[in-house]
Amino acid sequence: MRVVVDFDLCESNAICMQIAPDIFEVRDDDFLYVLDETPSEDRRSNLEESVQRCPKQAISIEE
Amino acid sequence: MHSSITIVGASLAGVRAAEALRSEGFKGNIKLLGDEAHIAYDRPPLSKSFLEGEMTSEKLSLLTSEKINELELEVRTDSKASNLDIESRTLEVNGEVEEFDALIIATGARARKLPNTEEINGVHTLRSLDDSIKIRKSFKSGNPKVVVVGGGFIGCEVAATASNLGIEVTIVESQDVPLSHVLGEEAGKVISELHTNNGVRLKCGVEVQEIRGDSQVEGVLLEDGTLLEADLVIVGIGAVPNTEWLENSGLTIENGVCCDQTCLAAPNIVAAGDVARWDHQGYGKSIRLEHWDNAAEQGKHAALRLLQTEAEALPYAPIPWFWSDQFDRKIQLAGISSPEDDFEVVVDSPDEGRFTGIYGSEGKLRAVLGINRPRHVMQFKSLMENKASWKEALDFAKEIG
Repeated sequence: MRVVVDFDLCESNAICMQIAPDIFEVRDDDFLYVLDETPSEDRRSNLEESVQRCPKQAISIEE
Repeated sequence: MHSSITIVGASLAGVRAAEALRSEGFKGNIKLLGDEAHIAYDRPPLSKSFLEGEMTSEKLSLLTSEKINELELEVRTDSKASNLDIESRTLEVNGEVEEFDALIIATGARARKLPNTEEINGVHTLRSLDDSIKIRKSFKSGNPKVVVVGGGFIGCEVAATASNLGIEVTIVESQDVPLSHVLGEEAGKVISELHTNNGVRLKCGVEVQEIRGDSQVEGVLLEDGTLLEADLVIVGIGAVPNTEWLENSGLTIENGVCCDQTCLAAPNIVAAGDVARWDHQGYGKSIRLEHWDNAAEQGKHAALRLLQTEAEALPYAPIPWFWSDQFDRKIQLAGISSPEDDFEVVVDSPDEGRFTGIYGSEGKLRAVLGINRPRHVMQFKSLMENKASWKEALDFAKEIG
């Protein structure tokens, strides 16, 4: 699976970083960085939670 | 196993509940009932980007028709529930009796109104899509003078949006410092300055005496005698949970539908979102939240509770979290702060207009406030989830500071 972030929507709320810190990082510059664009299958549930809890619905998963 | 679950309230909590039931493998009938004409939509933009811009209401949708088909939901708009009977497991929808096996109450809250203003044109609250559409239209007609009554988060967001559009706007707030009942005085002052620096006028420490105008609003008279001219008044003085339809249902209603630690209000009945008051195990008291993230998460938790036995059920005990966007600042609070807490700014960058502050009491970290500091907010939120002490929080602050 591949992590896709719509950076036009992303507002750096950083909730994804708290749920999956190995995949997402909001740095001090206030921007979101995707640390792992193709996480392993065992990261799916955290990734799905990040997708659901993003207030801007800016994250999606491509299979 | 239930064969039919009814969800009353088709906003974020209700939609997330429906999604959770399906992803957990529930195969029965799901009814999703909303009392508005619109299908579920996202509310946070209503006081921000939607209000300011040209965004279409389709962009706010929480449920596309493809999604409704995929989840096999029976979605009904303009459907008002009443007369819940928890013994016979029935309720009335627009006056017709319907049965259910299990029920999710997600009727949310409504904006509190100023008394005796219903008949005056130009006085609005902001809660629904229709409210936002009306205010947006008024913002764009002529050059209205706007008064916002109530300097809470909604009021501050509306004022910021109006100001961004070049509209003359005044906030009237009964406390001396806006938001100080939530954030404390020090942080409240930072938000006040943000507004005054951007041209918003603040009238604080004074109550509204009267809204002037017969058919059309003309002004707002304050108790100190000041008369503020107004073509448009937006009232943001809090929200009231929508529980009236449950009054004779046998459920316990105390500023919300009272639930146990797992969101269960009665056998086979759960509540979620702004309408739900539940025993939060972590805080050792019952709370009710009006946050986007809570509506989403509690909707899911409550729905799953209906599919679990008592032994399987988990307590719902999140660290609350919300955000507010005002001007170029993202204000985020995680935890529960109180004006009596110790408050310490742990990372300060006044030149950049951003900081991180933490709240503590009884040796515990209680909350974190970030202004354009989302990274720190989430880091301290994680500390709270691990029940960090005040000292641990201060030590962590030194590491990042």
